[in-house]
Amino acid sequence: MESSGEQKITVALAGNPNVGKSTLFNTLTGLHQHTGNWPGKTVGVAQGQLRRQNIEYTFIDLPGTYSLKGSSADEQIAGEYIRADRADCTVVVCDGSCLERSLILALQILQCCKCVVVCVNLMDEANRHGLSVNAKRLSRCLDAPVVLTAAGQRTGLETLLQAIQKTAGQEQKLRTPTASDPIEEAERIARACVSRDGQDGWNFQRKIDRLLVSRRFGVPFLFLILLGIVWLTVWGANYPSMLLERGADALYALLTNALSGLPWWLSGVLVDGIYATCARVICVMLPPMAIFFPLFTILEDIGYLPRMAFLLDPAMARCGGCGKQALTLCMGLGCNAVGVMGCRIIRSPRERLSAILTNAMVPCNGRFPALILLGGLFFPDAGTALVVALCVALGVVGAMAITAFLNKTVLRGQDSTFIMELPPFRRPRLGQILVRSLLDRSLFVALRALYVAAPAGMLLWIFTNTSALDKLAALLDPAGLLLGMNGIILLAFVFSLPANELLIPVILMAITRTSLQGTSGLGQQLLQNWFTWKMAVCTMVFTLFHWPCATTLMTVYRETHSIKNTAAAFALPTAVGVVICALLNLLL
Amino acid sequence: MEKSLDTLCLGQKGIVTGINTHQTLCKRMAEFGLVPGTQVCCRYRTPGGSVTALEFRGTVLALRTRDMKHIKVRC
Repeated sequence: MESSGEQKITVALAGNPNVGKSTLFNTLTGLHQHTGNWPGKTVGVAQGQLRRQNIEYTFIDLPGTYSLKGSSADEQIAGEYIRADRADCTVVVCDGSCLERSLILALQILQCCKCVVVCVNLMDEANRHGLSVNAKRLSRCLDAPVVLTAAGQRTGLETLLQAIQKTAGQEQKLRTPTASDPIEEAERIARACVSRDGQDGWNFQRKIDRLLVSRRFGVPFLFLILLGIVWLTVWGANYPSMLLERGADALYALLTNALSGLPWWLSGVLVDGIYATCARVICVMLPPMAIFFPLFTILEDIGYLPRMAFLLDPAMARCGGCGKQALTLCMGLGCNAVGVMGCRIIRSPRERLSAILTNAMVPCNGRFPALILLGGLFFPDAGTALVVALCVALGVVGAMAITAFLNKTVLRGQDSTFIMELPPFRRPRLGQILVRSLLDRSLFVALRALYVAAPAGMLLWIFTNTSALDKLAALLDPAGLLLGMNGIILLAFVFSLPANELLIPVILMAITRTSLQGTSGLGQQLLQNWFTWKMAVCTMVFTLFHWPCATTLMTVYRETHSIKNTAAAFALPTAVGVVICALLNLLL
Repeated sequence: MEKSLDTLCLGQKGIVTGINTHQTLCKRMAEFGLVPGTQVCCRYRTPGGSVTALEFRGTVLALRTRDMKHIKVRC
């Protein structure tokens, strides 16, 4: 490969949150960075390459920021990167539908970066609202190249690349401010360069908003939406789960036949251990995820999440938190590790820490299957969805209660503020959502099954076929009984530390001594006979409140850099679970 | 007439004349472009009234009503 004639350009994408930086990044690099319609979606730095006409562009997608001296963790990352002026070219992404606000940051960046291209994005949306931007005049006012784009529609991208290439080569001077205040200057420039054609396109948006965040319907509507999502997930996952299980059973029979020549222990480890555990994890995990994630992504894409934060801020404020924590809890429904990372959008360090420590109390997708199965044992059909919804509600209440406890005791401090932008509603890109969340998620689940379930399945099989499992279960039995469960269930919880999905497969294998593969539906029956009412309730409560999975704990450590906090993230939910289960054991 | 921003009714407009609160909040509001001279419109309020959404400079921003006590507007 010849690299001598090749030019390399590093391009940083900077701008306010939610102006479509990640969408631009994805369309340019072909990567699949997750996007969503709410400020704070991107909290880390992503990198991607594009090769065009002998030039290798490296794009850096920075988290959105409102100023270069922001105080939250994600804004600091962006601010530091921009101020250091490390990239060959900084592209300031502006929102065409509210240029004035975007220009405040753009003017600051022009004062500290040498090579800047101003990209006015979301022009499709601006045009829909009757706004047009005079790029030439804007370029003169800012003394920098200006490109109009609509990243979602892939328009203007070629021009943007040309502008980047042209600008990156030249040494430019820093812009000297013409007015003392960037806000005044932004106002003046926007007035000169943006023309409005007659009608105000925002009226329709306001009407929807007035309904969605109205005093009377806002909160009930919010709960209806969440209940609806849980119900669709639980109800919809039933059938595909069954189909997958049937497929896995068929494959099991084939595998057993094919490997019948091997010694019993080897085929046991391979088929009954590794294959069976992986298959079960995929069967129970994949359908709920494949339903939950697209639905949640639609909410994200539309722009409902900031409204949710708005509606829930009063409740969170009473616990000493803020509305943004409600967002991170929602992300926790998908995956607690993602939720913990999402806490970067919370500005106050105290509130951020309490949000990080309590995030694992909302059940993540990995725990949904266990809740669905256990709930289904005693409440069939519609009852299951209601029980699962109740569990989610209990998790949220638990997280809020512990947040309140932390903020009133250990993490006492000044009340912070809640400031959040409510972005315009956008039409969700349904096709993209379906493809991305299905492909990305199913790949993720499949890989996770390989990484985590395979070794766990192997170990489990060995444990089951020696006396180790009995000994361990007997060891944990007193503690388990005290909590309304038994040794086997508690052992299953210990076993599922790498991934919560393992809980039910471990219990099943421990009580039946085989993988139960090839016996469709028998697992459910067996569990029904084995679980008493009390055990099921306590197990569900402990599923909600116990140690977070290893991935989440690692994320907590990465985010807080403190062993003490990681230990607290481990101990807090566990303590809650132990107390509630012990009480339930006495009462029931 | 001059009054504090939190007493603005839904749909009412005003021009900010002064922000008199601690520095961090002042700075944070300025980052969004909420400074004296800005025309704001009160849009939505949560059931308890503790959070209010303001519209200004083409964007909608949610703020705690408590923090808006120290912002004076002329309407």
